[in-house]
Amino acid sequence: MGVTRGWRSALAGTVAASLVLAVVVAALGPALTVIPIEVLRLVVGSLLLVFGLQWLRKAILRASGWRALRNEDSVYEREVEAARAAAADERAGLDWYAFTVSFKGVLLEGLEVAFIVLTFGSTQGSIPLAIAGAAAAVVLVVIAGVVVRGPLSRVPENTLAFAVGVMLTTFGTFWGAEGAGVDWPGGDAALPVVLAFVVLMSLTYVAALRRRKLAVA
Amino acid sequence: MKRFGLFWWDFVVGDDWRVAVGIALALGVTALLATTWTGAWIVLPLAVAAVLALSLRRVAR
Repeated sequence: MGVTRGWRSALAGTVAASLVLAVVVAALGPALTVIPIEVLRLVVGSLLLVFGLQWLRKAILRASGWRALRNEDSVYEREVEAARAAAADERAGLDWYAFTVSFKGVLLEGLEVAFIVLTFGSTQGSIPLAIAGAAAAVVLVVIAGVVVRGPLSRVPENTLAFAVGVMLTTFGTFWGAEGAGVDWPGGDAALPVVLAFVVLMSLTYVAALRRRKLAVA
Repeated sequence: MKRFGLFWWDFVVGDDWRVAVGIALALGVTALLATTWTGAWIVLPLAVAAVLALSLRRVAR
């Protein structure tokens, strides 16, 4: 939006969405801490699990060739084309198209991040620590972006999606089962074992689907 | 309101609603078994593997 429609309205949309996100986090964070931990783990675990399996499913299908890898260059070109073609509509001194697209994009993607950060933080009993981890990730991404100075197509997007899917599925399985009343053998030490299981399962599915793709072709 | 609901449906459930139903059932079975059996922890990982395999199979047919 900044490049095609101007930075002022795009940044205004970004700042407005960031403020809404800050209010959501400030309101939901303390509210989550008063829910009993078992209930929280069941709800959060099941949501993370369903959410994580979505990511993992898509990443496995892309890695095995059953779904096309996202081409960031063509996505960027398409979005630039659409932004240039959109009619000018000035409201409150802002380019309304640039403002709303920026606002929507930052708010929706931000909600996804806020959901993950708040749920991880609340189930482990430290929302500030989870927020610090998320902030550190933002700093690292910005530094990587400045150092690499390359297009988004250089980012191994599916590898990242695969890793996120594995982590969400692992924590979702662990907390979901705990919330349902299960005691894991070895307590928290079972978490790396669940992680290894999810990684092995996912790689096995990728290999099986690749073979199937070759057989079909 | 409808669009808001659709957003949350797509955000949480996504492309295959059967995955969400399968996980809900598996959690219910786990909760039932956990009251009498210490080995109930095995149910959810196995259910995750089965639900994901079935969902992937539907695409790769």
